[in-house]
Amino acid sequence: MQPVATTFFFYFLSGLTLVAGILVITRRNPVHSALALILALLGQAGLYLMLYAPFVAGVQIILYAGGIMVLFLFVIMLVNIEKSQKEEQFNKQWVVGILAAVALGVLFVLVYTKGKSLFPERVAQLPEQSNTQEIAVMLYGNYMFTFEIASLLLLVAIIGAVVMAKKRI
Amino acid sequence: MLNYIKSYLDSTTTPGQAGNMFWASVYILLIFLGLSVAVIAMNWLERKILAHMQVRLGPMRVGPHGLLQPIADAIKLLIKEDIMPSQADGFVFWVAPIIVVITAFTVFIVVPFGPTHAVTDMNIGVLFMLGVSSLSVLGIVMAGWASNSHYPLMGALRSSAQMVSYEIAMGLAVVSAVLMTSLNQTGTGTLSMIGIVQSQQAQQVWFAFKFFPLGLIAFFVFAVAMVAETNRAPFDLPEAESELTAGFHTEYSGFRWSLFFLAEYSAMIAVSSIAVTLWLGGWLRPFPHLLSGSTWDVVFSLLPGITFLLLGLIALVGVFRMPKHPYFRVQTIGLAGFGVVLGLIGLLLFLPPVRGRIQDIFWFSAKVAFFMYLYIWYRGTFPRYRFDQLMKVGWKVLLPVGIGVLILTAVAGVLL
Repeated sequence: MQPVATTFFFYFLSGLTLVAGILVITRRNPVHSALALILALLGQAGLYLMLYAPFVAGVQIILYAGGIMVLFLFVIMLVNIEKSQKEEQFNKQWVVGILAAVALGVLFVLVYTKGKSLFPERVAQLPEQSNTQEIAVMLYGNYMFTFEIASLLLLVAIIGAVVMAKKRI
Repeated sequence: MLNYIKSYLDSTTTPGQAGNMFWASVYILLIFLGLSVAVIAMNWLERKILAHMQVRLGPMRVGPHGLLQPIADAIKLLIKEDIMPSQADGFVFWVAPIIVVITAFTVFIVVPFGPTHAVTDMNIGVLFMLGVSSLSVLGIVMAGWASNSHYPLMGALRSSAQMVSYEIAMGLAVVSAVLMTSLNQTGTGTLSMIGIVQSQQAQQVWFAFKFFPLGLIAFFVFAVAMVAETNRAPFDLPEAESELTAGFHTEYSGFRWSLFFLAEYSAMIAVSSIAVTLWLGGWLRPFPHLLSGSTWDVVFSLLPGITFLLLGLIALVGVFRMPKHPYFRVQTIGLAGFGVVLGLIGLLLFLPPVRGRIQDIFWFSAKVAFFMYLYIWYRGTFPRYRFDQLMKVGWKVLLPVGIGVLILTAVAGVLL
């Protein structure tokens, strides 16, 4: 099946992600910021879908939008909103900010102009049907060791959280 | 046009895979209609069954045996004043019920009512269902926070804690079922809803009975977690009326409240259909191999019609038991009409071309309906958990059991 209106969806989703990202940093209310961040993450999930990576999109929705952001909201909801709204929203680090923005901009321009020689012309088009299987083969075959190290790291983090949260072990 | 429809009925893929926008829209509309009817029926059945469990009559006034009560309720909700608290966060308050409804209905695009009766078959079907239904907690949290009131906030906090913790147990149970699709045959593992049912067909066993008792335990973990996930009794702490009035939707009224109601029931149907697809063979009829052969095929294909005839018969019994007073004449005629309609549907389902095609849908719906009855049954019989008990059950019982079943399933798959 041919993808439907690919260009339109690409611009729509990336526009959505960008607008939501801007909303995240400009909203005064932290809950609104968190909601805009969820929208940005969902837009990103849509972009993954367009790249024929349905598994990554699904995991993005479950982990980020459904899991982590709910915990974010959970904490933010308990913050005193009225107090936080009076606080200063932006710090005045203009010089550092402009430097970082310029560096990032230069990087983008470089990638845009010289990208053709830096990156492969076409990515090998994996069939959408076997995307999940391919990822499983990669994770549990080629990159087994790194994958296990990452999971060990997560385990250490979990134990650390339990140790810090529990008074008496 | 009839030929076009007929030619479509013989197709072997879902409209989403075939890229057929028209049929996909038709399916979406049909599912939407079916769901709405199911929610209306559930509303009536729940009140009626709960009433009978508590030796009451339940709704009896609007229509014969209260059959029109859900419609009266819907009209009442639609024309009720729509109140928004003055201190509420307007936009979030407005968008929360919409998010809940959208997530509750979106998951149905991958629910397989039959080998070709799904809007589409995604490569990540189960993952999609879990992911999108996990978004509904966002709507609940937003509703509770935006109401700017104590009870809704408490309800939303409880609900988010509960749903996030039970999602983990649910996910582990689902993974052990997905594992069963691929054991000892590399390359057959799948996350697609249709693929999972087809692998149950190929392995000639419902996953609930595979590696006895491992499949059954995973199914049990999911069955408990899904009740908690949909915030239903005995895990209905987010809306425990004795403590929190109505939990996260305390400040909602009228149409917005009815959206929450709609979402709750369609989410119940959605998680039940995940359970049916993963463990109870989806659209497969019972005993497809034990009782095989053309005779049994015919017997089982007659069951949908017989079910509807029986329902019609029950309605007719009700007609004869109606009081003979002239006051009840309209109700008696209405009930008789309802019974006749049910009987006619039953007769229609006996026609060979219809009964061949309706079978998958019938068995899937029958299994989901069983779960819906269980939901009502739980509500009528189990006392509500305390919140610490709820967390204890989730983290200290279901989670370890889920991990254990997952490991044992993997071991059993390699050894057996």
